[in-house]
Amino acid sequence: MIAGRASLLAGAAVLLAPLFLFTGYHLFELTLTVATALAILGLDLVTGHTGQISLGHGAFYAIGAYVTAILMADCGVPYWATPPASALVSAATGFAIGLPALRLRGHYLALTTFALAVALPQILKYRGLEGLTGGVQGVVLVQPGPPFGLPLTPDQWLYLFSLAVAAPLFLLVRNLTRGRIGLAMVAARDHPLAAEAMGIDLAWLKTGAFAISAMITGIAGSLGAIAVQFVAPDSFPPLLSIFLFVGLVVGGIGSAAGAVIGALFVQFVPDLAEQVSKAAPGAVYGIALIAVLYLMPQGAAGALASLPQLRRRGALAAARGESPSRGGTGHVE
Amino acid sequence: MWNRRTLLKTAALGALAPAPPALAQATPGVTATDIKIGNTMPYSGPASAYGVEGTALAAFFRMINARGGINGRKVTFISLDDGYSPPRTLEQTRKLVEEEGVAFLFQGLGTPTQTAVRPYLNANSVPQLFVGSPADKWADPEHYPWTIGFNPSYRTESAIYGRYILQTKPDARIGVLYQNDDFGKDFLIGLKQGIGEAHAAMLIKEVSYEPTDPTIDSQIVTLQSAGVDVVVTAAIPKFAAQAIRKLAELDWKPLHILASVSTSLTVLEQAGPASAAGLISARFVKDNTDPQWASDPGMNEWRAFMKTYLPNADSTDLNYVWPYAPCVAVTQVLRQCGSDLSRRNIMRQAANLHDLPAATLLPGITVSTGPANYRPIRAMRMQRFNGQRWELFGSLISS
Repeated sequence: MIAGRASLLAGAAVLLAPLFLFTGYHLFELTLTVATALAILGLDLVTGHTGQISLGHGAFYAIGAYVTAILMADCGVPYWATPPASALVSAATGFAIGLPALRLRGHYLALTTFALAVALPQILKYRGLEGLTGGVQGVVLVQPGPPFGLPLTPDQWLYLFSLAVAAPLFLLVRNLTRGRIGLAMVAARDHPLAAEAMGIDLAWLKTGAFAISAMITGIAGSLGAIAVQFVAPDSFPPLLSIFLFVGLVVGGIGSAAGAVIGALFVQFVPDLAEQVSKAAPGAVYGIALIAVLYLMPQGAAGALASLPQLRRRGALAAARGESPSRGGTGHVE
Repeated sequence: MWNRRTLLKTAALGALAPAPPALAQATPGVTATDIKIGNTMPYSGPASAYGVEGTALAAFFRMINARGGINGRKVTFISLDDGYSPPRTLEQTRKLVEEEGVAFLFQGLGTPTQTAVRPYLNANSVPQLFVGSPADKWADPEHYPWTIGFNPSYRTESAIYGRYILQTKPDARIGVLYQNDDFGKDFLIGLKQGIGEAHAAMLIKEVSYEPTDPTIDSQIVTLQSAGVDVVVTAAIPKFAAQAIRKLAELDWKPLHILASVSTSLTVLEQAGPASAAGLISARFVKDNTDPQWASDPGMNEWRAFMKTYLPNADSTDLNYVWPYAPCVAVTQVLRQCGSDLSRRNIMRQAANLHDLPAATLLPGITVSTGPANYRPIRAMRMQRFNGQRWELFGSLISS
């Protein structure tokens, strides 16, 4: 209990430290990282825990962002009231799409969700919706400042606000995956037939997980829109879904810490790649990605989690006179 | 010479009085020997074909620096990749302003990307000079005094077509085919402005298509059956080629005016050069592949620049030609600033250009701005396709 509280305090300190360490631009990047981490967390619920590959979560991110933008720009709703609306709309969309799509398996689901990611930017440009979405022009928002005359810059405030929205959702996912539902999801992933025999309604479970997943990613989109103060179809290309997937795999599937590490990768590795080579940032990014996957096949979080194990096995092996060659591989959760 | 003397006098006074040196230091990115300019470009992503414009900009400033800089200051040009993604453009632009400390942003490319950074730059009083996008929205000094465009907008171009029709065919029955997005709609607005409200009845039919439509055949037939005798097509290359082919197929020969975005020879070859003969359009820059500029002094200047500073570049790519004129303009802006390189003065001088010529602009076309005129290039020249290449005709037309 005491150790838990101490690590909680340490975690809070790490999250709040940037407020004092960084200036505007870096805080803004971290705010976007929080949004991306939340988006990956949502994706993880479907892909990591339930074992359904989605290549379309960028679409839910976009839907969340657009709901926030439309509410702020057209209806005068204050920014802080918009994430719940984004949550509702993206959850409903996720549910509606999940219902038929999740009866498909494996690659078919991946392709169906990817089709959503490809279609959405064009739907956003559609003439009938232009009054709402602003068409290709997008919607420009006004940046919110800190409330109650708090002595914070807008960047500091937005970072805090994003943390405050994201933290309960991380808790929610943690509780969800550790409880009965989490077990059911893992069962559905690892052995659907056995899960069904145990009385788990697979279709409902998967659809529900997909809806919650879409909801979380939609809230992430809402935070992203508030931070960037602008949405346009070009902000949410199909590649966004791929980047979220990359973040998930790099960070480590099935882990909240992995979502954060994955978000840091998605946010900062392109910058590093550009510093290495301006001519071919994509190639450098690709090499970095391959290197990470090769060195840490379980993702960064998996590698971190297996460190103590590795050490323990090393000690055991040394005692038995063996080499610790298979340290830390079979680890999934 | 007069300038330099004034400058020396000011400098001498400055040495005596304590205030002016502090003023020179007040602008981020400006030192006694250096000025930092920021830029974002799609070096990766869906619009990466335009990335070469960034290399052309950087090469131009290498040339300026090799010639001793501007008013003795060397230019440090920092261009970052935004992948044509608006959130990333905001990130990179903030990085340029807050971390690199650039004095101003120049020639950022793309309509959605530059829209995303416009509120930030205006809120922080950072000039956003000569935006690389043909949208009309950059000319809004009342709401966004720190943002100014450069190329003629779609609206300017189509207003010129309106003028041209009014001058040469006052009894025209005009039909418009436009793409249903900001490009097509800007175009339609401009055309109506060019014709003027008094002659609004000349525009008898408007038809639109979606960029996702398979063909535009039925739209062309609609225009024909409405009795149109001047067709104005605001379409991207694929649909422009379709329109040209359909007109030929119907053996219908109205006066056909085509938006300049679709006038490259590759498009016309797709459509069939014979069908494309007689097309009319407008332009403002010289094309290096056009033989009429083979010995043009302006294009010789540009070719010498390319040969020295971008020797391996494909000089038939128009994307190397576009950035030259805005570079000439920004150099003049900084020259006019003299010793006062405050952001306010940079913006003031950007809106204070008078008939500035540039080597790559068509004869007679110059850059002019003013506090209420944020459209630096407002004139174009008409050209007609003779079945092989474009021929300029007529005099300059302003919007």
